[in-house]
Amino acid sequence: MASDTKHLEVALETKVDSVNLAEEMCLRVAEAAGFGEDDCYRIGMSVREGVINAFHYGNEERPDKKIHLAVDLTADKMIIHVLDEGAGFKLSDVPDPLAEENLLSTSGRGIFLMRAFMDEFTVVSGKTGGAEIVMSKKLPAPGSASPNGQGGKNATPRQEA
Amino acid sequence: MSLHATHRDAGPITVVDLSGRIVLGDGSALLRKTIRGLLEDQRKLILLNLADVDYIDSSGIGELVSGYTAVKNQSGDLKLLHLTKKVRDLLQITKLYTVFDVFTDENTALRSFV
Repeated sequence: MASDTKHLEVALETKVDSVNLAEEMCLRVAEAAGFGEDDCYRIGMSVREGVINAFHYGNEERPDKKIHLAVDLTADKMIIHVLDEGAGFKLSDVPDPLAEENLLSTSGRGIFLMRAFMDEFTVVSGKTGGAEIVMSKKLPAPGSASPNGQGGKNATPRQEA
Repeated sequence: MSLHATHRDAGPITVVDLSGRIVLGDGSALLRKTIRGLLEDQRKLILLNLADVDYIDSSGIGELVSGYTAVKNQSGDLKLLHLTKKVRDLLQITKLYTVFDVFTDENTALRSFV
Protein backbone atom coordinates (compact mmCIF):
# COMPACT_ATOMS: atom_id res chain seq x y z
CA MET A 1 0.00 0.00 0.00
CA ALA A 2 1.36 3.43 -0.90
CA SER A 3 2.41 5.55 2.07
CA ASP A 4 -0.09 8.28 1.22
CA THR A 5 -2.98 5.83 1.17
CA LYS A 6 -5.37 6.08 4.07
CA HIS A 7 -7.01 2.83 5.08
CA LEU A 8 -10.15 2.03 7.03
CA GLU A 9 -11.25 -1.53 7.71
CA VAL A 10 -14.07 -3.02 9.76
CA ALA A 11 -15.77 -6.40 10.20
CA LEU A 12 -19.54 -6.06 10.21
CA GLU A 13 -22.17 -8.42 11.58
CA THR A 14 -24.35 -10.16 9.03
CA LYS A 15 -27.51 -8.21 9.77
CA VAL A 16 -29.65 -5.52 8.14
CA ASP A 17 -28.29 -2.74 10.37
CA SER A 18 -24.81 -3.33 8.92
CA VAL A 19 -26.05 -2.06 5.56
CA ASN A 20 -26.93 1.33 7.04
CA LEU A 21 -23.75 1.42 9.13
CA ALA A 22 -21.53 0.70 6.13
CA GLU A 23 -23.30 3.38 4.09
CA GLU A 24 -22.89 5.97 6.84
CA MET A 25 -19.20 5.15 7.34
CA CYS A 26 -18.36 5.42 3.66
CA LEU A 27 -20.41 8.59 3.26
CA ARG A 28 -18.35 10.26 5.98
CA VAL A 29 -15.15 9.25 4.22
CA ALA A 30 -16.48 10.40 0.85
CA GLU A 31 -17.59 13.76 2.25
CA ALA A 32 -14.23 14.24 3.98
CA ALA A 33 -12.49 13.38 0.70
CA GLY A 34 -14.34 16.23 -1.00
CA PHE A 35 -16.90 14.38 -3.09
CA GLY A 36 -19.98 16.41 -3.95
CA GLU A 37 -23.55 15.50 -3.11
CA ASP A 38 -24.26 13.50 -6.26
CA ASP A 39 -21.10 11.42 -6.01
CA CYS A 40 -21.71 10.83 -2.31
CA TYR A 41 -25.16 9.51 -3.20
CA ARG A 42 -23.66 7.17 -5.80
CA ILE A 43 -20.93 5.96 -3.43
CA GLY A 44 -23.40 5.47 -0.58
CA MET A 45 -25.79 3.54 -2.79
CA SER A 46 -22.96 1.35 -4.13
CA VAL A 47 -21.78 0.52 -0.62
CA ARG A 48 -25.35 -0.33 0.37
CA GLU A 49 -25.67 -2.64 -2.61
CA GLY A 50 -22.30 -4.29 -1.97
CA VAL A 51 -23.16 -5.00 1.66
CA ILE A 52 -26.70 -6.14 0.78
CA ASN A 53 -25.11 -8.56 -1.70
CA ALA A 54 -22.75 -9.88 1.00
CA PHE A 55 -25.54 -10.06 3.58
CA HIS A 56 -28.10 -11.81 1.44
CA TYR A 57 -26.31 -13.77 -1.28
CA GLY A 58 -22.76 -14.24 0.07
CA ASN A 59 -23.37 -14.94 3.75
CA GLU A 60 -26.96 -16.10 3.17
CA GLU A 61 -28.04 -13.99 6.17
CA ARG A 62 -26.12 -16.31 8.54
CA PRO A 63 -25.18 -14.40 11.72
CA ASP A 64 -22.07 -16.55 12.30
CA LYS A 65 -20.46 -14.98 9.22
CA LYS A 66 -18.91 -11.54 8.86
CA ILE A 67 -18.94 -8.88 6.18
CA HIS A 68 -15.53 -7.28 5.74
CA LEU A 69 -15.59 -3.67 4.59
CA ALA A 70 -12.42 -1.78 3.70
CA VAL A 71 -11.91 1.69 2.28
CA ASP A 72 -8.67 2.96 0.77
CA LEU A 73 -8.26 6.64 0.04
CA THR A 74 -5.36 7.06 -2.37
CA ALA A 75 -4.04 10.21 -3.99
CA ASP A 76 -6.53 9.92 -6.82
CA LYS A 77 -9.43 7.68 -5.87
CA MET A 78 -11.57 6.12 -3.17
CA ILE A 79 -11.50 2.33 -3.31
CA ILE A 80 -14.09 0.22 -1.50
CA HIS A 81 -13.80 -3.51 -0.82
CA VAL A 82 -16.73 -5.62 0.38
CA LEU A 83 -15.81 -9.20 1.21
CA ASP A 84 -18.22 -11.92 2.31
CA GLU A 85 -17.67 -15.42 3.69
CA GLY A 86 -19.79 -17.23 1.15
CA ALA A 87 -18.94 -19.45 -1.81
CA GLY A 88 -18.16 -16.65 -4.27
CA PHE A 89 -19.75 -16.03 -7.64
CA LYS A 90 -18.87 -15.14 -11.21
CA LEU A 91 -20.04 -11.86 -12.67
CA SER A 92 -20.79 -13.71 -15.90
CA ASP A 93 -23.42 -15.75 -14.03
CA VAL A 94 -25.38 -12.67 -12.93
CA PRO A 95 -28.51 -12.16 -15.08
CA ASP A 96 -28.89 -8.86 -16.92
CA PRO A 97 -31.63 -6.94 -15.04
CA LEU A 98 -32.33 -4.87 -18.15
CA ALA A 99 -33.24 -7.91 -20.24
CA GLU A 100 -36.93 -7.94 -21.10
CA GLU A 101 -37.52 -11.21 -19.27
CA ASN A 102 -35.91 -9.83 -16.07
CA LEU A 103 -37.53 -6.40 -15.90
CA LEU A 104 -40.17 -7.57 -13.43
CA SER A 105 -37.75 -9.56 -11.32
CA THR A 106 -37.90 -8.52 -7.67
CA SER A 107 -34.13 -8.87 -7.21
CA GLY A 108 -30.84 -8.82 -9.11
CA ARG A 109 -30.25 -5.09 -9.61
CA GLY A 110 -27.50 -4.51 -7.03
CA ILE A 111 -24.53 -5.42 -9.22
CA PHE A 112 -25.97 -3.34 -12.05
CA LEU A 113 -26.32 -0.28 -9.80
CA MET A 114 -22.76 -0.57 -8.46
CA ARG A 115 -21.44 -0.80 -12.02
CA ALA A 116 -23.51 2.20 -13.06
CA PHE A 117 -22.57 4.40 -10.12
CA MET A 118 -18.85 3.70 -9.69
CA ASP A 119 -15.95 4.36 -12.07
CA GLU A 120 -14.42 0.91 -11.64
CA PHE A 121 -16.08 -2.30 -10.50
CA THR A 122 -15.00 -5.92 -10.32
CA VAL A 123 -15.52 -9.06 -8.28
CA VAL A 124 -12.59 -11.25 -7.27
CA SER A 125 -12.15 -14.32 -5.11
CA GLY A 126 -11.40 -13.00 -1.62
CA LYS A 127 -9.06 -14.32 1.08
CA THR A 128 -12.05 -15.90 2.87
CA GLY A 129 -12.96 -17.84 -0.26
CA GLY A 130 -15.99 -15.62 -0.65
CA ALA A 131 -16.66 -12.90 -3.17
CA GLU A 132 -14.80 -9.61 -2.85
CA ILE A 133 -16.36 -6.64 -4.55
CA VAL A 134 -13.79 -3.98 -5.42
CA MET A 135 -15.07 -0.65 -6.68
CA SER A 136 -13.65 2.83 -6.92
CA LYS A 137 -14.52 6.43 -7.64
CA LYS A 138 -12.02 8.99 -8.86
CA LEU A 139 -11.54 11.84 -6.40
CA PRO A 140 -12.82 15.27 -7.43
CA ALA A 141 -10.15 17.52 -8.88
CA PRO A 142 -8.47 19.81 -6.33
CA GLY A 143 -10.31 23.09 -6.15
CA SER A 144 -13.44 21.71 -7.77
CA ALA A 145 -16.77 22.65 -6.28
CA SER A 146 -17.73 20.74 -3.16
CA PRO A 147 -21.47 21.18 -2.61
CA ASN A 148 -21.15 19.66 0.83
CA GLY A 149 -18.60 22.24 1.80
CA GLN A 150 -16.72 19.72 3.87
CA GLY A 151 -13.18 18.44 3.90
CA GLY A 152 -10.74 17.91 1.11
CA LYS A 153 -8.85 15.04 -0.43
CA ASN A 154 -6.29 15.07 2.37
CA ALA A 155 -8.86 14.75 5.12
CA THR A 156 -8.30 11.71 7.29
CA PRO A 157 -11.11 9.16 7.55
CA ARG A 158 -12.09 8.35 11.09
CA GLN A 159 -12.54 4.82 12.34
CA GLU A 160 -16.16 4.24 13.30
CA ALA A 161 -17.86 1.47 15.23
CA MET B 1 -35.06 8.33 7.93
CA SER B 2 -37.49 5.43 8.14
CA LEU B 3 -40.47 5.09 5.84
CA HIS B 4 -43.90 6.40 6.77
CA ALA B 5 -47.08 5.54 4.90
CA THR B 6 -50.61 6.91 5.13
CA HIS B 7 -53.42 6.32 2.70
CA ARG B 8 -56.57 8.09 1.63
CA ASP B 9 -59.42 7.09 -0.66
CA ALA B 10 -60.35 8.97 -3.82
CA GLY B 11 -63.42 7.02 -4.91
CA PRO B 12 -62.28 3.53 -5.92
CA ILE B 13 -58.66 4.63 -5.93
CA THR B 14 -56.40 4.59 -2.90
CA VAL B 15 -53.63 7.19 -2.75
CA VAL B 16 -50.71 6.07 -0.58
CA ASP B 17 -48.56 8.96 0.63
CA LEU B 18 -45.06 7.72 1.38
CA SER B 19 -42.21 9.60 3.01
CA GLY B 20 -38.68 8.54 3.87
CA ARG B 21 -36.46 5.83 2.43
CA ILE B 22 -37.61 2.59 0.81
CA VAL B 23 -34.62 0.40 1.60
CA LEU B 24 -33.77 -3.07 2.84
CA GLY B 25 -35.45 -3.74 6.17
CA ASP B 26 -38.35 -1.81 7.68
CA GLY B 27 -38.90 0.46 4.66
CA SER B 28 -39.39 -2.33 2.17
CA ALA B 29 -41.40 -4.32 4.72
CA LEU B 30 -43.80 -1.42 5.34
CA LEU B 31 -44.40 -0.91 1.63
CA ARG B 32 -45.13 -4.62 1.23
CA LYS B 33 -47.47 -4.64 4.23
CA THR B 34 -49.30 -1.53 2.98
CA ILE B 35 -49.93 -2.86 -0.52
CA ARG B 36 -50.86 -6.36 0.67
CA GLY B 37 -53.24 -4.82 3.23
CA LEU B 38 -54.99 -2.77 0.55
CA LEU B 39 -55.37 -5.84 -1.65
CA GLU B 40 -56.89 -7.78 1.25
CA ASP B 41 -59.41 -4.94 1.61
CA GLN B 42 -60.16 -5.24 -2.12
CA ARG B 43 -58.56 -1.84 -2.82
CA LYS B 44 -56.93 -2.75 -6.10
CA LEU B 45 -56.45 0.67 -7.70
CA ILE B 46 -53.41 2.16 -6.00
CA LEU B 47 -51.54 5.40 -6.60
CA LEU B 48 -48.21 5.62 -4.76
CA ASN B 49 -47.29 9.23 -4.01
CA LEU B 50 -43.48 9.28 -3.81
CA ALA B 51 -43.09 13.05 -3.46
CA ASP B 52 -41.33 12.69 -0.11
CA VAL B 53 -39.34 9.56 -0.96
CA ASP B 54 -35.82 10.68 -1.71
CA TYR B 55 -34.04 7.34 -1.62
CA ILE B 56 -34.74 3.82 -2.87
CA ASP B 57 -32.21 0.98 -3.00
CA SER B 58 -32.41 -2.29 -4.95
CA SER B 59 -34.48 -3.85 -2.19
CA GLY B 60 -36.97 -0.99 -2.43
CA ILE B 61 -37.06 -1.30 -6.21
CA GLY B 62 -37.75 -5.00 -5.80
CA GLU B 63 -40.61 -4.22 -3.43
CA LEU B 64 -42.13 -1.72 -5.88
CA VAL B 65 -41.98 -4.36 -8.62
CA SER B 66 -43.38 -7.02 -6.28
CA GLY B 67 -46.29 -4.74 -5.35
CA TYR B 68 -46.93 -3.87 -8.98
CA THR B 69 -47.04 -7.56 -9.92
CA ALA B 70 -49.26 -8.47 -6.96
CA VAL B 71 -51.78 -5.75 -7.87
CA LYS B 72 -51.75 -6.65 -11.58
CA ASN B 73 -52.29 -10.32 -10.70
CA GLN B 74 -55.54 -9.29 -9.00
CA SER B 75 -56.65 -7.32 -12.06
CA GLY B 76 -55.85 -4.05 -10.32
CA ASP B 77 -53.44 -1.27 -11.19
CA LEU B 78 -50.58 0.44 -9.37
CA LYS B 79 -49.23 3.77 -10.59
CA LEU B 80 -46.63 6.24 -9.37
CA LEU B 81 -46.96 9.95 -8.62
CA HIS B 82 -44.46 12.77 -8.00
CA LEU B 83 -41.10 11.05 -8.37
CA THR B 84 -38.11 12.89 -6.94
CA LYS B 85 -35.15 13.31 -9.29
CA LYS B 86 -33.12 10.54 -7.66
CA VAL B 87 -36.00 8.07 -7.80
CA ARG B 88 -36.84 9.01 -11.39
CA ASP B 89 -33.21 8.57 -12.44
CA LEU B 90 -33.10 5.20 -10.70
CA LEU B 91 -36.23 3.97 -12.46
CA GLN B 92 -34.86 5.22 -15.78
CA ILE B 93 -31.50 3.45 -15.57
CA THR B 94 -33.19 0.23 -14.47
CA LYS B 95 -35.69 0.59 -17.37
CA LEU B 96 -38.61 0.44 -14.92
CA TYR B 97 -39.75 3.90 -15.97
CA THR B 98 -41.23 2.16 -19.01
CA VAL B 99 -43.01 -0.42 -16.85
CA PHE B 100 -44.78 1.88 -14.41
CA ASP B 101 -47.28 4.57 -15.30
CA VAL B 102 -45.75 7.72 -13.81
CA PHE B 103 -47.55 11.03 -13.23
CA THR B 104 -46.62 14.51 -12.09
CA ASP B 105 -50.20 15.65 -11.39
CA GLU B 106 -52.51 13.87 -8.97
CA ASN B 107 -55.79 14.68 -10.74
CA THR B 108 -54.41 13.46 -14.05
CA ALA B 109 -53.21 10.31 -12.32
CA LEU B 110 -56.60 9.69 -10.72
CA ARG B 111 -58.42 10.17 -14.03
CA SER B 112 -56.10 7.68 -15.73
CA PHE B 113 -57.51 4.80 -13.70
CA VAL B 114 -60.97 5.15 -15.24
